Formats: sequence, structure tokens, C-alpha cells
Amino acid sequence: MFKKIKEISGLIDIARKVRIDILRSLHNAKSGHTGGSLSSVEILVALYFSELRHDPKNPRWEGRDRFILSKGHGVPALYSVLANAGYFPREELMTLRKPGSRLQGHPEYDLDIGIEATTGSLGHGLSVANGMALSARMDKKDVRVYALLSDGELQEGATWEAITTSSHRKIDNLCAIVDRNRFQNDGAMDKIKDIEPVPDKWRAFGWEVENLPDGNNLPSILTALVKAKQTKGKPFAIIANTIKGKGVSIFENKGNYHGVAPNDEELKVALIELGEAA
Amino acid sequence: MSRSKLSDYVLEESNESVYIRETYGKTLVELGKEYPNLVVLDADLTVSTKTNLFGKEFPDRFFTMGVSEQDMMATAAGFALCGKIPFASTFAVFATGRAWEHVRQSIAFPNLNVKIVSTHAGVTVGEDGATHQALEDIALMRVLPNMTVIVPADSVETEKVIRTVIEHKGPAYVRLARAKFPTIFKESYKFEIGKANVLREGNHVGIFTAGIMVNESLEAAKILGKEGISSSVVNVSSVKPIDVQTIVEIATKSEAVVTAEEHSIIGGLGGAVAEVLGECCPKPMKRIGMRDRFGTSGDGMKLLEFFGLKAKNIVKAVHELLEFNSNRKSVVL
Repeated sequence: MFKKIKEISGLIDIARKVRIDILRSLHNAKSGHTGGSLSSVEILVALYFSELRHDPKNPRWEGRDRFILSKGHGVPALYSVLANAGYFPREELMTLRKPGSRLQGHPEYDLDIGIEATTGSLGHGLSVANGMALSARMDKKDVRVYALLSDGELQEGATWEAITTSSHRKIDNLCAIVDRNRFQNDGAMDKIKDIEPVPDKWRAFGWEVENLPDGNNLPSILTALVKAKQTKGKPFAIIANTIKGKGVSIFENKGNYHGVAPNDEELKVALIELGEAA
Repeated sequence: MSRSKLSDYVLEESNESVYIRETYGKTLVELGKEYPNLVVLDADLTVSTKTNLFGKEFPDRFFTMGVSEQDMMATAAGFALCGKIPFASTFAVFATGRAWEHVRQSIAFPNLNVKIVSTHAGVTVGEDGATHQALEDIALMRVLPNMTVIVPADSVETEKVIRTVIEHKGPAYVRLARAKFPTIFKESYKFEIGKANVLREGNHVGIFTAGIMVNESLEAAKILGKEGISSSVVNVSSVKPIDVQTIVEIATKSEAVVTAEEHSIIGGLGGAVAEVLGECCPKPMKRIGMRDRFGTSGDGMKLLEFFGLKAKNIVKAVHELLEFNSNRKSVVL
């Protein structure tokens, strides 16, 4: 089993390293989703370095908790977290988006590297998570399932089909997290197609909801994950109000870095900001 | 009669008609006892697809997903990722059309062990009309890598198909219908994925068929036999993987070939056979099926007549092909 990191300072340091790896791999790939990878970093670090029961040395362990990255475009963040957790060597991050690489542009089911499901087309992941959670319940196994959704994904009708299934079946070994960074491919969500009020919608669909004003704050994410675990008889959603491009000033809250990788100059600036000499 | 020979697992005369979807439901109940990891999902059509029979016996392994076909397919993927064998059922038009992208991304691409068994394919749906008559489902599933596509011809074959796909590792699509199908096989019939069965072997014409059109093709062969035209009838129930060897063998010794299916002539069995023969053994060919059009309301069985999907239409196609061949020969000579 993976040894959890207890101190917040330790988690914050990992988040910094993960950001550096994300930016280097995206820069090397010359394409990919910068903004939505950076916004998810604290959520993924909290999950993989504190919350999930998992074992990078035994990725097929049946008793592991499952994590589904429903917002598959944010996978550079997940690859960086998995590499830092020991699923595969960090050097492999430089194969991101290359032919034949295990680190494809969107995640492909491959337990060797800790990828639990093929995602990238939005509106699938929560259904997959429901199936896993129901399967664990059927087998009376103490397995918890986590799914990370994008806020743009809440525009997909199929997402609401899954949200309804979770509450109807009272799936309480499930926690959905929404990376609410307020930008989608075409721009600011409130201009393209507003989805507010997000927490109220989930509540109306029968979920217990924790609305985190700062979704990049590690202690509050950890507290919400504990609450999720203690909630019985209902699925639990964390609406994490994050900052798109979090951690690098030139990317923060910039809609145009949704699907664009950093160039040479931007990488240099970013690495300096993150305390890493370029 | 012609000199063509009927295989010994085929009944001389087709027997009583049976709802093959009911056979599906009953087979699921039997398999439920044998496979504790079998789960069944359905999208608000449990009485029509007959998965309700499984639901009564195994309520804890039966998941009514409501009118949510996309959610059903990806949920089934989640079950498969945890070692279950999910069967997901609804009408063919929704299973393959509405949920196609969920099937592609979450089932076919990761090669998951999900069995999609649809009912109400083809015009024999009847009165519900064109919105509910899937005529493109074989094409939609056949184009997906990793997907196996099976179209059973009667109740005997349906049971064997369901028992086979549960043992098959990977995704499979099984196409069933609403209407009663005449029983044409004896219990000794064997189904194998990737194997076409030569039900009748002749010399002049090869008829490749699947589903309810197998019975019509056997009828057509009888009529042709009385005229002295000896025909082969091949049940290509395994549309994918397709049995290239058998199809080429039969086509090689035939002057012409006909395909017959209750599906669009584009992309279905006719398309699949044309692909095989175009590359390996080009022959004068006609495809019997829905000619690039939607269906209509009406009595299901009468619609086969309405759309030219009967034995007599196959016979006519054979006549035209043989005449075409004789003309061609005279031109060459």
C-alpha cells in the first residue's frame, strides 16, 4: 500500500513538482491542455498522496480505490501525479502524446500505469464510476470510487443521466469532484453556456454537496474528502472552485490556454515562478 | 428438385415460430445460475427485451437504468472493469444509434467484456414505424474495432449465440428482433464466432444471409431447385469476424451471389460480403435489403413483403443475375 503524506507542507511541495512536470511534458509535446491540467493539481495530489488506498507497485490490487479522470483532457496532471507516486518513471512523461507511448493525448485504460478507464470524450466517466461502485457494493467490498469531472462536462446531457443513477441507487462509496475552473474550450462558461447554480443542481439531483470556495486549497480538499467518506446513503459531490491555469500567473484565468501548450518563453517564466531554475 | 444438399442440422421444413428475444431472456436466467458475475442492464424496455425474466430471478444483479442508454453503456463498462460480465439490452436503434459514442469510447476501444444484446431490429418491428426500426445497426457496430457482431437466425441459434458470447472475451453485439422467427435448426446445430454455416450446398448460385432472411433464403433455394437452379445458402450469423474462407469457397463455385438481410444494403451483411468478394473473388452480385431508405408502420411480417424482403425477391435477383451472366457470356463469345 502507498505510504500517505500527512503534512500539508509535503503535499504542497508535491503539487509544485507535479506542476513542473506537467509544464515540461506539455512543452515537450508541443500540444495539450495546460489550463485544465494546472487547475486539477491539488485535487489529484490530495487523492493520490493522501486519500486513495492504492499501491503503485501492485496496480492490479483488487482492493484498491478507483479513480476515473472523466475530464480526460486534463491527463497531463494525472500522468505527472502517477509518475511522482511511482507508477512509472518520471522520464516517461517526455513521451506524452507520442506515437506508441503509454501516455496518449487522452487517457487509455492501462492498469500498468494506473489508468483505470479510457476517457476524454466528456460525459462518460461518472457512468463508468457508477458501474465500478455498484460492482464493489455487489461484492460487499470496501472499495471507494472517485471521479473528477470538468465543469464544461456538466453541459453534457449524459452527465446528468449518470448523476441521476448515482442518487437513485444511493451510491455512497462514490465521490464526484467537479473542477469548477469556469472556462471551456471556447471561452468563459458564463458567456458560452452558463451552468449555474452548480451546487444547487447537484443537490436537486439528490447528492450531498460540499462547495469549496477555494478548490486549490489542499486542507479544504482533504476535509471535504473526509466528509465524503462519512456520508452514508447518498452520493457525495465536491464542487471545487479552482483557478484555470493555477500556479503560473501568465496562465491563470486565461481562457486561451485551455488547449494550448507552453512555448519556450512561457515555460521559462513558469519554471522560475515555480521556483525551478529554467 | 435441385441437386443441392441440405445440411443435416437444418429442419426439412421450418418449425413453429418463436420469439427469439424470449429465448434470450430464458437463456439469461439459465446463465445467471452458472455465472455469478453476470449482471444485466436495461434502459426501460425490460418487458420487450425480456430481460425482466432475469430481473425476477436475480434482482440484485439486475439494473434498470431508465431511459438513459448512454449511461447504461458506460455503466456496463464500469462493471466490466471490475470483472463482471454485463449484458446491456434495449432496442437496436437506441443501443447502437443513441449510445454509439459511449459504445465506441468506453466499450469497444478499451476492449471491455460487455455484451450488447439488442432487440427490435429491422422492419419487423412493425407498427411502431421507422423511428424504431433499426436498419443501420449492423453497419454501426461492424465498423468498430474489437467488436464482434452476431445476427442469429432462429431460437435454436439464439440460445447458442448467447451461451457463446458470454464465454467470449471482449465486446459483442447480438442483434435480435421483435417478431417471431420460424425455427429452422435442429438442436445439433453448432454456432461458432467467425464461422459461417453452409445450410444448403449447390453449384449455380450462392446466397449469403442472416437473421430472419435465412428462412426466406432457404425458401428461395427450394423454388430455384424446382426450376433446376442449384443454390447454396450460407448463414453468415457471425457478420464480424466474417468467415472469408467459406464465403470465398462458395462464391468460387457459384456463377453469381445474392445477399439477403433485414438491414440497409449499405454497410451491413451485403456490404461485408461485397468487401470480401471484391478483394478475393469478384462475382456478379445483388444485395437484397433495405435500399437506402427508412421503414414505415405496418404489420411486421407484411412489411417484409412491402419492402421486397421475401423468398420471391431473392429468386428474382437470381434470375436477373443468371440472365446477366448469360448475356455477358454471349457478348464475350
